[in-house]
Amino acid sequence: MNAPGSGRSNLGSRRLMQRIAFSLVWAAGSLSVLILLIVVGYIVAKGLSSITWQFITTPPRGGISGEGGISTTIVATLYLVVLTVGIATPLGVGAGIYLVEYAEAMARKSRIIRAVVSTARFGVETLAGVPSIIFGLFGYALFVSSMHLGFSLLAAGLAGACLILPVVIRTTEEALKAVPVSYRNGSLALGATRWQTTQKVVLPAAIPGIMTGIVLSVGRIVSETAIFYVTLGGSYRMPTSLLSGGRTMALHVYYLAMETRAFDKAMGTAAILVISIIIINAVINLFSRKLSARIGA
Amino acid sequence: MHKITAASILKAAVFTAALALVPLKSAGADTEITLFGSTTVQPLAEKLGEAFEALHSDIMVTVGGGGSSVGVKAAGEGTADIGMASREVKESEFQEFPGIVVHTIARDGIAIVAHPGVSVSNLTVEQVRQIFSGEISNWSGVGGPNQVIVVIAREEGSGTRAAFEELVMDEALITSGAILLPSNGAVRTSVSTTPNSIAFLSFGYLDPSVRGLSIEGIEPSVSNAKTGIYPVVRPLNMITPGPAGGAAARFLEFIMSPDGQAIVSSEGYISVI
Amino acid sequence: MRTRFIVDKSVGYFLMLMALTSILAVFLIGFFTLREGLPAISEIGLGRLLTGSVWRPGLEEFGLVPMIAGSVLVTIGAAILGVPLAIGCAVFLAEIAPRWMSNIVRPAVELLAGIPSVVYGLFGMVVLVPLARKVPVAGNSGFGLLAASAVLAVMILPTITNISEYAIRLVPREYREGSLALGTTRWQTITRVILPSARSGIVAAIILGIGRALGETIAMIMVIGNSVIIPRPLNANPLTIFLSQARTLTGNIAVEINYATGIHESALFATGVILFVLIMLINSSARAIMRERTR
Repeated sequence: MNAPGSGRSNLGSRRLMQRIAFSLVWAAGSLSVLILLIVVGYIVAKGLSSITWQFITTPPRGGISGEGGISTTIVATLYLVVLTVGIATPLGVGAGIYLVEYAEAMARKSRIIRAVVSTARFGVETLAGVPSIIFGLFGYALFVSSMHLGFSLLAAGLAGACLILPVVIRTTEEALKAVPVSYRNGSLALGATRWQTTQKVVLPAAIPGIMTGIVLSVGRIVSETAIFYVTLGGSYRMPTSLLSGGRTMALHVYYLAMETRAFDKAMGTAAILVISIIIINAVINLFSRKLSARIGA
Repeated sequence: MHKITAASILKAAVFTAALALVPLKSAGADTEITLFGSTTVQPLAEKLGEAFEALHSDIMVTVGGGGSSVGVKAAGEGTADIGMASREVKESEFQEFPGIVVHTIARDGIAIVAHPGVSVSNLTVEQVRQIFSGEISNWSGVGGPNQVIVVIAREEGSGTRAAFEELVMDEALITSGAILLPSNGAVRTSVSTTPNSIAFLSFGYLDPSVRGLSIEGIEPSVSNAKTGIYPVVRPLNMITPGPAGGAAARFLEFIMSPDGQAIVSSEGYISVI
Repeated sequence: MRTRFIVDKSVGYFLMLMALTSILAVFLIGFFTLREGLPAISEIGLGRLLTGSVWRPGLEEFGLVPMIAGSVLVTIGAAILGVPLAIGCAVFLAEIAPRWMSNIVRPAVELLAGIPSVVYGLFGMVVLVPLARKVPVAGNSGFGLLAASAVLAVMILPTITNISEYAIRLVPREYREGSLALGTTRWQTITRVILPSARSGIVAAIILGIGRALGETIAMIMVIGNSVIIPRPLNANPLTIFLSQARTLTGNIAVEINYATGIHESALFATGVILFVLIMLINSSARAIMRERTR
């Protein structure tokens, strides 16, 4: 902190320094946009030519020549999304509600509850940092092998649910915390129980935030490859039951790129994948805008 | 949006979960044949499955990957109707799963391929061994230009690698500097785009994007493999938990029929009849 | 009247069980990965796993040093390329960007986080590997640490940017105002006041980014070459080490798990255990740093 107070002469050089530094920082900001444009632009430009209605609605076929479309991979992806979200949402929302609405109020009174809370927080934080290949290994060891579910939607869905559980818990917590305390106090003062308050007052206000978490999870599942590479089997047939194997779109990109001659189709599938992610992100932004509008009101 | 309560969230979640459970009961086709295993056999099995389904609309053939070892294990443990392996079944595997039955449905040559820009077109088995073990690391060592050889191989455990090691490498080890890729397709793509590279590749994956090298003056072609003069050939196996029965038996019968073997040939593999 | 209190209480316990599922999941993951890895750990020995430099499952040689070196080097490469960019982005978003510009950059960074790793891998394979091959060094195949580090740098950018920006925004307004009132330029305020006070948050962001980098799998196996070697420079210039092929711990699992049986399979689970412990250590140190700061 020697600069302030020194003569006018160094003001010029300090200004010059600032100008250089600011342009570098501007460059960093712009570069991130540029990288995105290059990656997305390249994939979409290369993939667009193979995207037709027929490509989307016919199943893959033809072994290593990689013919056909991607319909069954879209269905498998959707099944897996429904399955993982169906498993993780009730658990995650429930956990979030407990941590924010119950535990925080009672933690002051009970040592056990404090222990429960810190254990649960540790679990969430650890789970959020686990690399997806570990979820895959675990899913393979427990669900595929030990529980004899085989390479199946169910095994992959259970492993995938572990991936998104921390996402759902964290966003639920954030959403609940954003609900003003006055709402709760008002309801509690009227004689409602904590559960009634949560159910009738707090949760409705937190819905957009919770939905953000769910949509975020959908994005994570759609783009996940490593877990499903080791638990889903990779068959491109239409899944007929929870115990069928399958191939998600992301996995299909991997197989097309690594096993077949159909690079154009890999690009086409990747383009559809990227476009879906863009749409999912737009939906998330919509929800969070709704949320901030609500809190603001 | 106003009326959404916790109860309705939970209900919706339970409903979606229930929705996902529905297909557990209703399978699309009457019978399903599941296959898991070698990624080399997988695409061929998919083709065969498509043709088989065209004849039997009540049967569905589902083919997954996993690798040769998974294929043997899946058949042995009965988690698949048919396991696939692109190598011989090992003695230790027969000991672990004494009941399994092996059906050789096709044979496959393993070609030595190089980047199209490589000028060398013929190698001896000894030279191939020296290149892959790292003893010869420059194309000049086998009569080519002064360029470092980029060795590309499959990962440890791959059926293609196991067969290549057994048929070519003898006791020598593949150099640890080799680029290792997890599938034949990836190997082919990389060889076609990496100058000065060499690799081994299943016949089914040969195409003009890579240059197939002759071994001891013999071109890697199905006809040469069939007559037995091309030296590097391995079986493609399907394995059943016991003597095949039901739909799986019909599928295997179809594969061994002239129609099935015609598909084997048209996919670039060596038919067994 | 009384039932609703009973409901309230039982719902409370029910929700508590739900809150504990995450720790149950962590426990199960740890337990099953360890259980499968234990035969290898006891038969080969943790010491030999961690210090052995040869990985040849066919000969029952299971040394993880090449993979540990590969993971560390690719992460260092990604950090060199990605960290300045990510922190630049964070400073830009928090301090400098006009509203219209941050309305472009922020969604762009979010989208970078959302792009599937298989798409990054595909892009790396088709664009970056041929680009890296252009570096004229004998033995450079294009596959290797350079291409992999470039891919990873982009993948960890959102993590580091988001958390750093958050840390910068937490710096109290008065610090800025006080500094500016003393006649410093905005840049001086940023480098001498704001970044030092946000330092622990930024360090935590970098550590979490590193954790993310160590865990990446699919994009890595598509571009890094997967050779089981300890990377070393291709010629006298030490920087050419980044043109060497390598294999990461994650890649070791993904490339071989489908083919492995017996002790080999167990050794891959042991790789998973080591990775799991490593990442837990990294993430908890990041959290410890963040907690210290809020205290």
